[in-house]
Amino acid sequence: MARVIVDVMPKPEILDPQGKAVHGALPRLGFTAVTDVRQGKRFELEVPHVDDESLAEVHRIAETLLSNPVIEDFTVRVDA
Amino acid sequence: MNIGVVTFPGSLDDGDARRAVTLAGGEPVALWHGDHDLAGVDAVILPGGFSYGDYLRAGAIARFAPVMEQVIDAAKGGMPVLGICNGFQILCESHLLPGALIRNDHRTFVCRDQVLRVENTETAWTRDFSAGQQITIPLKNGEGGYVASPETIRELEESGRVVFRYVDVNPNGSVNDIAGVTNERGNVVGLMPHPEHAVEDLCGPGTDGLGLFTSVLQRVLA
Repeated sequence: MARVIVDVMPKPEILDPQGKAVHGALPRLGFTAVTDVRQGKRFELEVPHVDDESLAEVHRIAETLLSNPVIEDFTVRVDA
Repeated sequence: MNIGVVTFPGSLDDGDARRAVTLAGGEPVALWHGDHDLAGVDAVILPGGFSYGDYLRAGAIARFAPVMEQVIDAAKGGMPVLGICNGFQILCESHLLPGALIRNDHRTFVCRDQVLRVENTETAWTRDFSAGQQITIPLKNGEGGYVASPETIRELEESGRVVFRYVDVNPNGSVNDIAGVTNERGNVVGLMPHPEHAVEDLCGPGTDGLGLFTSVLQRVLA
């Protein structure tokens, strides 16, 4: 078995209220070095083998279900 | 006139939507998310709620429910389809309507009687309104911020496909105060506020919501 990671992030131009809320909480906790926070989602997909075919399928899964291309970008990578 | 109302796991306002259809003079037909046909209905309503618990993204899982295959085919064939709140989110996820709904910019759930301006009275669901008419219906959502690419927004504005616009206050950060949009053909309409909660004087802010449900009866008769 192998693991493929899909990271889904809100597009840079899309407002990310959750990231903003997290960022807003940091100074209250005494953390002052962080200038911005964006919040996304990480999916871990188990596949029998990593090959072109299975990666192509993960790409299709990522673009049809895991992300909404109107508001989100995604990346696919094999877990080392 | 048979108007189907789809119930997904987590739908909340399917009962009110069916009642609104009855009060408007139509015959409501309860449809189930697992159905593989639309029982011969003349139009379909996707009601509000939290289908599949809003897991992944609001509407993202419901969009792949078995019944949606039929709804998408029928909508592309011209059948009137109305999506309210979560139903609007499902229509966007289905790509029957452009854009997407994201978390409210102020990050809190909003629940209020909301004034809207009806900007397009040519759609299957808005013929009984007059152009520019202001109506007041409840709004209740956590993820109601309408967004789309600048090109899409321009196209919607130039082609008059913004059907409802928030008046006085923008309750959720929607681009251009957009509360509802339609497809090119005008048979598919989605909006965040809830017309089905404003169909009787006894409860809710009045009966301004009834017009959507009477409009589609005209359309089906025509």
